Amino acid sequence: MPEWLITLTLILVKLGLVFFVLLTGAAYLVLAERKLLGRMQLRYGPNRVGPFGLLQPLADAVKLLTKEDFIPAQADKFVFFVAPGLAAVTALLAFAVVPFSPPITLFGREVPMVVCDLNIGVLYFLGLSSLAVYGVALGGWASNSKYALLGGIRGLSQLISYELAMGLSLVPVVLMARSFSLTDIVLAQQSVPFALLNPLAFLIFLVSVAAESKRIPFDLPEAENELVAGFHTEYSGMRFGLFFVGEYINMMILGAMITVFFLGGWLGPWLPPIVWFLLKVLAVAFFFIWVRGTLPRLRYDQLMHFGWKVLIPLSLLNVVVTGAVLLWRQG
Amino acid sequence: MASAIFYILGFTALAATALCITRRNPVHAVVYLVNALFALALMFYQLGAPLVAAWEVIIYAGAVMVLFLFIIMMLELAPASAEMQGPGWRRWGPVLLLSLVILGCTLALLGIQADQDGVPAFWVSPRAFGAALFDQYALAVQVVSFQLLYAAVGAFYVGKGSLRRRTQGEETP
Repeated sequence: MPEWLITLTLILVKLGLVFFVLLTGAAYLVLAERKLLGRMQLRYGPNRVGPFGLLQPLADAVKLLTKEDFIPAQADKFVFFVAPGLAAVTALLAFAVVPFSPPITLFGREVPMVVCDLNIGVLYFLGLSSLAVYGVALGGWASNSKYALLGGIRGLSQLISYELAMGLSLVPVVLMARSFSLTDIVLAQQSVPFALLNPLAFLIFLVSVAAESKRIPFDLPEAENELVAGFHTEYSGMRFGLFFVGEYINMMILGAMITVFFLGGWLGPWLPPIVWFLLKVLAVAFFFIWVRGTLPRLRYDQLMHFGWKVLIPLSLLNVVVTGAVLLWRQG
Repeated sequence: MASAIFYILGFTALAATALCITRRNPVHAVVYLVNALFALALMFYQLGAPLVAAWEVIIYAGAVMVLFLFIIMMLELAPASAEMQGPGWRRWGPVLLLSLVILGCTLALLGIQADQDGVPAFWVSPRAFGAALFDQYALAVQVVSFQLLYAAVGAFYVGKGSLRRRTQGEETP
């Protein structure tokens, strides 16, 4: 078998595995969220379908797929069709650069446990997260509905504002790791994870990531009590499902990013690397669910002021201070 | 192989730009322009400048065009009415272009993985790019960043001025 065919097969196998794990993970994250929120609100959550309600995601998928695919009158058909796909695809693609374990040896070859180790991995992630806006904005615009349009506009401005803080809070990480590659960033955290080395950047990243994922307390693009359901008001069936699943895939990706950038990726004692990686990602996901069960929604002006007047100046300052400290330590 | 990808991407960029300036619906125009920017970014990537490709996507497709879209949506221009839908090719144009971009992308990746001819002669790492930018072209970078600072201050001043006028206007009914 020629060399390139083996490389191609390995890439395809890795892609298939990643897709399977991500999509199943996203489906069960929905269930986990409903269960956990239920417990936090002193009720049981879904427990009728299968043992402990474990088949609930399957039942949901069947329901969504068999629903009528509805298009509102005067909607821009093509954009309306494409927008949910954009939301889900940009979320899925970001996982291509996430390293989930150190390279393993398979059939005498060293196989890196990442779909594609780009030397600009950080920028790739930032680029995709800035493209994620289009799904929300175009979906909201094409629906030809006031609520959806308002949700889309809110989504646009919120994502643009918090993306800046997110990008800036990654600058210290790149400075400390001296590389844009995610594998190198993980390896740079051998002794101390960056969350302890630079807690301010970690906190800023955590908050802006929560805002990027459009979850409570930052779920203004779909604020139920003002905008019905925001940008996906007019969507039904599996198109709504794509938006919904996209949100949970996004949550897993962002959890993986927090793990890689600040929590030391797969590094950890005793357990195998991949278990550490999964544990950390799930811990971040649990944290997001917990926050959703605890905090109320922000007001719109509070959201904007917090982003522009607190997070961005703080992250700029953090870049300067980190750079100065690194220069000083270099001598 | 490499030149075939280059021409596919080049054709995509040109076609998308042409469609962008002939659309009557501003949102469609923005989507076509984003398409063209993607093709450009891929061309940069293929020519051995991954960093420039990434900036192209992050800054132009991810920030500038998003702001365009934001303004268009704020102006509340209605989505395309039936008369703007037009003949079939207008609806299938975007699909075709997007699939061309995806094809170019796949070919580029395959070329880099398998076909050694596809690998460009030089490959600029982020480190080399940064070194060139801040050593060789340090003065130019300084000048440009000062320009941006003037622009930011100017925009701030203009914005403040209109705010003052508006509040004064409200005080004198």
